[in-house]
Amino acid sequence: MAKKFMYVNRKPPYGTIYALESLEVVLIGAAFDQDVSLAFIGDGVYQLTKGQDTKAIGQKNFSPVYSALGDYEVTKIYIEKESLEERGLTLDDLQHLVWEDEDDDWAEKDSIRLVSRAELADVLDDQDVLLSF
Amino acid sequence: MPIEANGKTFETDEEGYLANLNDWEPAIATAMAEAEDCTLTDEHWDIINFLREYYEEYQIAPAVRVLTKAVGKKLGKEKGNSKYLYELFPYGPGKQACKYAGLPKPTGCV
Repeated sequence: MAKKFMYVNRKPPYGTIYALESLEVVLIGAAFDQDVSLAFIGDGVYQLTKGQDTKAIGQKNFSPVYSALGDYEVTKIYIEKESLEERGLTLDDLQHLVWEDEDDDWAEKDSIRLVSRAELADVLDDQDVLLSF
Repeated sequence: MPIEANGKTFETDEEGYLANLNDWEPAIATAMAEAEDCTLTDEHWDIINFLREYYEEYQIAPAVRVLTKAVGKKLGKEKGNSKYLYELFPYGPGKQACKYAGLPKPTGCV
């Protein structure tokens, strides 16, 4: 029986190892056929911003990896609306993440779900396992 | 152990993966394969080139399951199964094909 796993991402992409570690755990965990969701809250929304350039900090820009999540059957990516707004961002500032539905002739479907703080609380409440990064 | 190809020497890590992705050239894949008694055919090259393109776009080496599905989509259903991939790369398509392609070991591959 698959459990509902939710990875909650709260930190900016660089400066700490949390964002990258979370992503690696998600990719490894995806091999175990669980029902996986990701949430991006607070500064965590910066992890998905487009056009990241890490040259000046001498680190690898790992943001292209998020677009592979669909291949790993991670198709539920929740973005907290208030967190975006508080930072002057909109969905247009974030990568457009999609997954391809093999059972629907590989149709591209949106992975990103923009939810309010209250709606996200309900989603979190519904999970079996919460992993916070 | 460093690998010799095309008259040059290339650094590898302790498991034989190429140390610097940008060093890669096809002769490296051929030399790595020869060292493992494997002769590369067009079918091998399809997978190796596919992996390099995948890495270029997503910056990761795909897990076997992901590779299998993506190969099925790109190269046809008859190739998108683990039997086909393991016949080409008996040491494991993730490990062996990624190594020949100059990629790091796939994330989640133990």
